[in-house]
Amino acid sequence: MFSNLLIWFVIVPIIMMAGLACCGNSNMKAIRAVMVTCSTVLLGMAIWLVCEFLRLRGAGDTSEMLFQGSWMWYEPLNIHLAVGVDGISVLMLLLSAIIVFAGTFASWKISPLPKNFFLWFALLSTGVFGFFISIDMFTMFMFYEVALIPMYLLIGVWGTGRKEYSAMKLTLMLMGGSAFLMLGLLGIAWHSGSAGVPEWNILQIAHNNSIDPSWQNLLFCFTFVGFGVLGAMFPFHTWSPDGHACAPTAVSMLHAGVLMKLGGYGCFRIAIYLLPSAAQELSWIFIILTGISIVYGAFSACVQTDLKYINAYSSVSHCGMVLFAILMLNQTAMTGGILQMLSHGLMTALFFALIGMIYGRTHTRDIRQMGGLMKIMPYLGVCYMIAGFASLGLPGMSGFVAEMTIFFGAFEDSDLFHRIFVIAATCSIVITAVYILRVVGKLILGPVQDEHHLSLTDASWWERLSTVTLIVCLAGIGFFPNWINETIQNSFVPIVNALQAAI
Amino acid sequence: MGITLPILILALPFTMFLILGIGGVKMSRKLAGTLGILANGALAVMAYIVAFTYFFSGEAQFILDGVRQQVQLFDVTWLAFTERMVVNIGFLLDPISAMMLVVITTISFMVHLYSWGYMEHEPGFQRYYAFLALFTFSMLGLVVATNIFQMYIFWELVGVSSYLLIGFFYKLPSAVSASKKAFIVTRFADLFMLIGILVLSYYVSHTPADGPLGGASAFNFMMLNAQPTNVLASTLGATFLSGSVLTWAMILIFVGGMGKSAMLPLHIWLPDAMEGPTPVSALIHAATMVVAGVYLVARFFPLYCIVPDSLTFITVVGAITAFYAAVVACAQIDIKRILAFSTISQIAFMMVALGCAYNEPIEGVHYSGLGYMAGMFHLFTHAMFKALLFLGAGALIHAVHSNDYTKMGGLRKYMPITHITFLIGCLAIAGIWPFSGFFSKDEMLAAMFNRHWFWGAWMTMVAGLTAFYMFRMYYLVFWWEENPEYKTSHHKPHDAPWQMSLPLIILAAVSCVAGFIPFGELVTYNGEPYHIHIEAPVAATSLTVAVLAIGLATAMYVKKNPWPTRLKNMFPALWQAAHRRFYWDEIYMFITHNIIFNIICRGIAWFDRHIIDGAMDGMAAVTNWCSVRIKGMQSGTVTAYVRWYFIGAVLLAAITWICLL
Repeated sequence: MFSNLLIWFVIVPIIMMAGLACCGNSNMKAIRAVMVTCSTVLLGMAIWLVCEFLRLRGAGDTSEMLFQGSWMWYEPLNIHLAVGVDGISVLMLLLSAIIVFAGTFASWKISPLPKNFFLWFALLSTGVFGFFISIDMFTMFMFYEVALIPMYLLIGVWGTGRKEYSAMKLTLMLMGGSAFLMLGLLGIAWHSGSAGVPEWNILQIAHNNSIDPSWQNLLFCFTFVGFGVLGAMFPFHTWSPDGHACAPTAVSMLHAGVLMKLGGYGCFRIAIYLLPSAAQELSWIFIILTGISIVYGAFSACVQTDLKYINAYSSVSHCGMVLFAILMLNQTAMTGGILQMLSHGLMTALFFALIGMIYGRTHTRDIRQMGGLMKIMPYLGVCYMIAGFASLGLPGMSGFVAEMTIFFGAFEDSDLFHRIFVIAATCSIVITAVYILRVVGKLILGPVQDEHHLSLTDASWWERLSTVTLIVCLAGIGFFPNWINETIQNSFVPIVNALQAAI
Repeated sequence: MGITLPILILALPFTMFLILGIGGVKMSRKLAGTLGILANGALAVMAYIVAFTYFFSGEAQFILDGVRQQVQLFDVTWLAFTERMVVNIGFLLDPISAMMLVVITTISFMVHLYSWGYMEHEPGFQRYYAFLALFTFSMLGLVVATNIFQMYIFWELVGVSSYLLIGFFYKLPSAVSASKKAFIVTRFADLFMLIGILVLSYYVSHTPADGPLGGASAFNFMMLNAQPTNVLASTLGATFLSGSVLTWAMILIFVGGMGKSAMLPLHIWLPDAMEGPTPVSALIHAATMVVAGVYLVARFFPLYCIVPDSLTFITVVGAITAFYAAVVACAQIDIKRILAFSTISQIAFMMVALGCAYNEPIEGVHYSGLGYMAGMFHLFTHAMFKALLFLGAGALIHAVHSNDYTKMGGLRKYMPITHITFLIGCLAIAGIWPFSGFFSKDEMLAAMFNRHWFWGAWMTMVAGLTAFYMFRMYYLVFWWEENPEYKTSHHKPHDAPWQMSLPLIILAAVSCVAGFIPFGELVTYNGEPYHIHIEAPVAATSLTVAVLAIGLATAMYVKKNPWPTRLKNMFPALWQAAHRRFYWDEIYMFITHNIIFNIICRGIAWFDRHIIDGAMDGMAAVTNWCSVRIKGMQSGTVTAYVRWYFIGAVLLAAITWICLL
């Protein structure tokens, strides 16, 4: 079991928790040492996994999932701990590792209770990594819940503003989504199993493809809505602005950067892959909802005055784009959806990190009370502008690659309904520019608003490390997108084949 | 030709951007400036070598049987959407891209040199040179694009460089809002361009892979331009609002060009963009970036010709814009604004020339691609003399510390170099022989008269207005009445230092002789040489009109007299409207601010907080309310439990009884 590389993505965070538990309560040095070591190890493992994956694929290994392993966990219900990765999960693991790494540095000076904060943080990452390596629906769901629960405490204890309300709202709404999801997963498992034994293995279910089409429709709605809540789909997105606004920096980073991706990932891995005929039949409902998300989120972001609200609504718009792309059900658009997940993850993490750093200095997030930060903290100002450009889809940044892939893919569907929604979605590139430049113009540029801000300092070394990591990744995808694009496209082949067969 | 030079031409400015952008903070001004200027000089030399090799080496790769060829020096895959839609980054060398290489690197070098003096005391000097390098890189990438998507990529990048440079003085709120406006307006136009590209590539990429359009990526210029009829056929006769889909696609792509080239009604960002440093205005907003729209039409010329409706659209937009901008320019006070409107008007001139260059026989008359050649010629000469005028305006502003001509007057004695070079620029733009503008404008007017007398007459009138407003400015700045402040001031206005004067002199010299370049031998729509000959009637008419207009301007403005004010007071509404640019900004402000921002955005935000989120909170509140109501049952009082027990028992009995009946 331990010879499987993937399982270590769960074991390392657990070791991290054990290590933290051994540290003294306020021994910052020891806590940081554990966090930095483990997150660096995770990042190294993720990079190594990508290289190894590409090497195996290059060597001609064409099986759908690599590094597979399966261990019986609970025999009566046929539940396994089954792991395996394709190109998409590999990239998602890399994204998570990058953001855990950057998040560690972004919360360098967290207080109070640093040890407990990082313990929950580590538990959250356990859930995230576990989710992406699982190919057994039950363990997948378990890790999903493991990732959600710590959010409540992380926001409730270390948050700001109306933190209890937001923490409760976020948890309840996501749990509501989980309830739908559980129903959907149970339905899929029982309907595709045989002889009274449920089938949880995703590959096996897809291979059997034995779910009755009429049941598929119901289960599709359950699973898509269940995951869609986490993917901030309209009208189930309202946890996002409040939740993000109150969460501490690293939690916002991890939540928007990775946790919201769990939604999109689940949508195509389970809802679409396992229920292809329902996906073909019902995608239009969700295209409408996600199409609304894109434009609605962007318009809402235009009038917000709290930096985190702006970013949360922008996330609604960008994550809407992810689900929208996945619902187009063709290879190019879906590839764009995954690219958008990566891009949005990195970019939003960068944004939230910067907002945290700015808030830590000025103690306000209201853009009306700040201005001219470029003069006071040029490094953070430049980073904020870079993040903004990534968000509005400047060529050379990952957002451009993702959006263009989505638009060109989505335009392949030539009926009027799809065309209208694609054109509506493309309008978001203008609205995004409006709200990004509005914030940049008020916050970063212009005259200094508050005299007291003149004495503030620029970024420290750990903040620089955190932001540079993210910027390098954003530009890396933006400059050399093709290898990632190819990796993702190849991974979509089985899903697209399943969809083709279901027409 | 190898690929070393082309790669270096793109790599050098980008490297300079990174070096100056990241390391600039630690550099001294001198080092950053020297690096920037040297790198740009080297870049100009390389671009000249490439262009001269292309035009004059006579290699079979570049010219075959007297026809200039299009060559893709390299073309590497950057991103593959599908098998047919592959985005490449490459280097396309043909007459127009070679010409643009020369224009961009020349003006960029002049501006680098000039800024050394102009920006000397500004904070952020290093950042300024970094942005200039970024812009040069993006613009070069745009003109050498091998495919429409590469062009779109660099199209966005020039937009961002423009944003950064307009907002260079970021502490001024006016500069920040001008940069924002420029970016958003052009982005809005780019949205249409993107949709146009989507439509075009959708149809092309759905032709058979082994068919005539199957050879290259669906974005590739050479493949598309070589077979316009097949591109039209690929749409399978699909129409939209009774126009062919290809017509719509080409018009949508052109709208992107309208945004960048500031055509009506997307022109509103360009006058505001004058908030940027003046050398930037010369480089980006006069000579290079704003002609991207013209370049786009020229690049896709065969496709525009196959759907002539789109060319008509271009002609009409251009003609209206040219007239509008010329009228507005007559009523401006800020000299940079006058030049900005003049730029809009001149670019529109080129657009009309291209629109009139339709090269298929209509009703038996064969129209040559004269308009194409003339438009490109004017692009070249205009870049030189308009950069000269802007840099001259910069020297004036540098000396007087104001943009308004009301603060100037009588400057010819104080600034002789600026005066002479500025006069040369004015003569060139007015189209006076033997300055460069005369030759290119004459060819353009000839092409317009060829197409239809109306376009020719209309644009001759615009040419007259051009001569008038340019000389109005010239006289008000250099003659009129000397500003009395000069005598008393400690700092008398004086000519700029050599770094600034040298570019003025070079550009003035170019503007004097550029007209004699045998342009038709070098740049034509099909690569075959075209022998330019002056069309006497057209030349005589336009020359007469220009001289008359200059005469009128001389009469009105050479010495201080009350006539201009009286004239203004005779038509106050007209003057006010022209001065306020016919209220376009107010209309835009109303739509964006009052309707989109206040009604739509605020409405949606309110809806989200109160209806959507209200529903979620409402669910929680209802649950809470119910639980408060029900929890009273668990009171711990025995009598209450007994009461509930009896009520329950009776109800159960009743229900059982009813069911059993």
